[in-house]
Amino acid sequence: MKSPRIKFILGGLLILAAVVYLIFSSTQASAQYFLTVDELIAKGDTLIGRDLRVSGAIIGDNIQYDPQTLELKFTVAHVTGDNAQIETDGGLAAVLHQAVIDPNRNHLQVIYVGVKPDLMRNEAQAIMTGKMGADGIFHADELLLKCPTKYEQALPDQVSGQ
Amino acid sequence: MFATFGYGVLLLTFLMALYSIGASLFGYFRKDQKWVESARLSMLLTFPMLSLVSASLIYLLVTGNFNVKFVYEVTNRAMPLYLKITSWWGGQAGSLLFWSWLMSAFATAVTFRKWARDREFLPWVVIVCSVTMVFFMGLSIFFENPFETFWQTMDGQIVPALFRPTNAIPFTAPDGQGLNPLLRHPGMIIHPPMLYLGFVSFVIPFAFAIAALATGRTDDRWIRITRRWALWAWLFLSLGLVLGGRWAYDVLGWGGYWGWDPVEIAAFMPWLSGTAFLHSVMIQEKRGLLKHWSMILIILTYCLVIFGTFLTRSGVLSSVHAFAQSAIGPSFFTFIFVTFVISVALLLWRWADLKSENQMTSMLSREALFLLNNLLFISILVICFWGVIFPLISELATGQKVTVGPPFYERATGPLFATLVLLMGIAPLSAWGHSTIKTLGKAVWKPLVAATLAMAGVVTYFLLNRSIINDYFPYALIGFFVVIFSAFVTLYEFWRAANARAHAQNENIFLALWRLAGRNRRRYGGYTIHLGVVLMAIGIIGIEMFQTSTQRTMKIGESMEIAGYTIRYDSLAQFEHTDGRWVTRAEVSVFRDGKFLGTLAPRYDLYPDGQPMTIPGVRSTVVDDLYVLLVNWEGVNAQVAPFKVYHNPLVNWLWFGAIIFIFGTLVAAWPDKDPESVAVSARKPRETVPAGITD
Repeated sequence: MKSPRIKFILGGLLILAAVVYLIFSSTQASAQYFLTVDELIAKGDTLIGRDLRVSGAIIGDNIQYDPQTLELKFTVAHVTGDNAQIETDGGLAAVLHQAVIDPNRNHLQVIYVGVKPDLMRNEAQAIMTGKMGADGIFHADELLLKCPTKYEQALPDQVSGQ
Repeated sequence: MFATFGYGVLLLTFLMALYSIGASLFGYFRKDQKWVESARLSMLLTFPMLSLVSASLIYLLVTGNFNVKFVYEVTNRAMPLYLKITSWWGGQAGSLLFWSWLMSAFATAVTFRKWARDREFLPWVVIVCSVTMVFFMGLSIFFENPFETFWQTMDGQIVPALFRPTNAIPFTAPDGQGLNPLLRHPGMIIHPPMLYLGFVSFVIPFAFAIAALATGRTDDRWIRITRRWALWAWLFLSLGLVLGGRWAYDVLGWGGYWGWDPVEIAAFMPWLSGTAFLHSVMIQEKRGLLKHWSMILIILTYCLVIFGTFLTRSGVLSSVHAFAQSAIGPSFFTFIFVTFVISVALLLWRWADLKSENQMTSMLSREALFLLNNLLFISILVICFWGVIFPLISELATGQKVTVGPPFYERATGPLFATLVLLMGIAPLSAWGHSTIKTLGKAVWKPLVAATLAMAGVVTYFLLNRSIINDYFPYALIGFFVVIFSAFVTLYEFWRAANARAHAQNENIFLALWRLAGRNRRRYGGYTIHLGVVLMAIGIIGIEMFQTSTQRTMKIGESMEIAGYTIRYDSLAQFEHTDGRWVTRAEVSVFRDGKFLGTLAPRYDLYPDGQPMTIPGVRSTVVDDLYVLLVNWEGVNAQVAPFKVYHNPLVNWLWFGAIIFIFGTLVAAWPDKDPESVAVSARKPRETVPAGITD
């Protein structure tokens, strides 16, 4: 311990260990599994209570919103999470449209409490963060919506708020 | 016609840049100055040439030539003139050209510097600048051409192409799509150019670093030459980040300024490595240490600049797979990989020449603390990088898409940022070479006692206002302590030096401070930057840890409460704006303890194409911001409106601190013209005055 070199190496290792710890513990604590509706239904009860991120196409007919209690209920249809697939199927707008009109798709019911976001409409893509309830309804804490716009995509994603 | 002209000149400039590379290499290896000089002159012409190219594009944008695909994509007839011009960088093809144009401005500027003492650097600086420009111009020419025009083929299809497809006739769209309304904001107009300026100007220090490695002139000459370039680069990058944050706060309507979005992180990463670089070169200049490290940092910064441009421009991050589909993705990765490998190879080749001239002996010496600062910045960088690529890695490894969001970044970087701020307080007090607990303690104890007393005040405030105490409270206390301590140290440093000078020179203290800062602008500019960071940290602690929000649907006359404020919904107006958007504007009155404080007007704009925009009504004070949003107007009865209100404590300190920060950077970066340096240069030939000798 007398040599300064050893002290510096020890100090460096200490910092390294701290950073590695921070990275891994934070990843563990805040990792969110990104699932499609199909995957969610396939995994069923095993996911209850875990932090999840699910995306789906909003079915416009099933949007129920109570402006007094701010309770928003809607249903999403399965869309693929594979972007290459989306591209070959004719782009996001076409894929969302297809998902909504196809009666054989898996559907997922969602409850979210909060002001109805601007982009909450038929055939928008909803990305929901939250937990699966034992009742088979997805309880979203955060709701992100994407509409295929005609504008060039040069914007951060959180445009639509929480 | 202008499209063809612009494209032609672009092609010519591309060939000239290629020529610069070839002539430089030839001249360097043949030791023939004539060729190098010819390469220099060729590079000098890139700026005027690319200005012509850009002028053609601007002409097309301004005159609304919807035959051109890019013009069609980013403008429409209704847009005002200044937006038509700035939509130049509103889309990918245009912004890549914009990047090349800015780069050429710096490349041309660098050719004009006095090269007499640094002849041997010239060919390599020309090569690095030209290679960078060739890459970006190449992207414009081969993949993202802003001059592509529409053609109608025989079977009636509209196709974009540069040259006429067989039997096709030119097609002009009646009107363009227009710029995304969210981008029609002053912050968004200045933000990308600032960010790009920051990106581009880091190329110059990198070019000199490569020149130093290639020529073997590995003393700190390259650092002294590029110190100011690096500072300006850093200034622009910082401005870009701050303006981006302000834009988000004003326009995006989610109550925040920074969302750890991958695109934001992409711009933040070169800032982190650049900041580390600015600190490490000081050690190299003062003590001849960390030479390899400075090289690694500038190489890293360059690669991150290219990476950042790629991420912010290509839309890759909306999905991890998109880069395979986008034509420019593989080009970017190849370019980054090749430049990285070549740079590192050069560095390894010169590794032995870059040996430290001194040894770091004391753990508390200033150089050791600087090293720690560097490690912390790089750690934050690693965390950010991990966050961005983690989804990719996990998907490749397990097939399962897993993402990390803001909580990850906040949790992982929070302690490191706090340590950095603490270090910012301690480091200026420690001595070069050797420092012990005793010497450091002697310097630190006064600000430490003052900070402890101030903390007593903070704790008392919280005890009197228990309602605001939340889960973050312990962290907030640590944060406040670190911030207050650092602020006191910095102010104490200013005061101590100014006071000493005031006594010695018999000046009043403000004059003494002014003259002192003028004489040693790098140091006092640096301290001012630190002060700015501290103030920004106050704002960040306030909004990150104590932000509250509430939402409610109100009838006219009803009110809602948040953080002691009462917000009453008074009236609503709906009208069509001259530019075609449908504006819904609510007026609310704000009260506190029954006292009327003012009215706010949150707005909801709906653009003709269905794009909505939520503009908050903000009451901003030193203590807090009240941020009122009128959310989602669609389908709600005119008497009832849904509101979301954020209470953002202390957030104004963030913007105020940012101004101080920028001011400090200007102080440090501004070219020397003070009487002292003129006096020095009168005695010696001017060129022998090293740029950064002052600190």
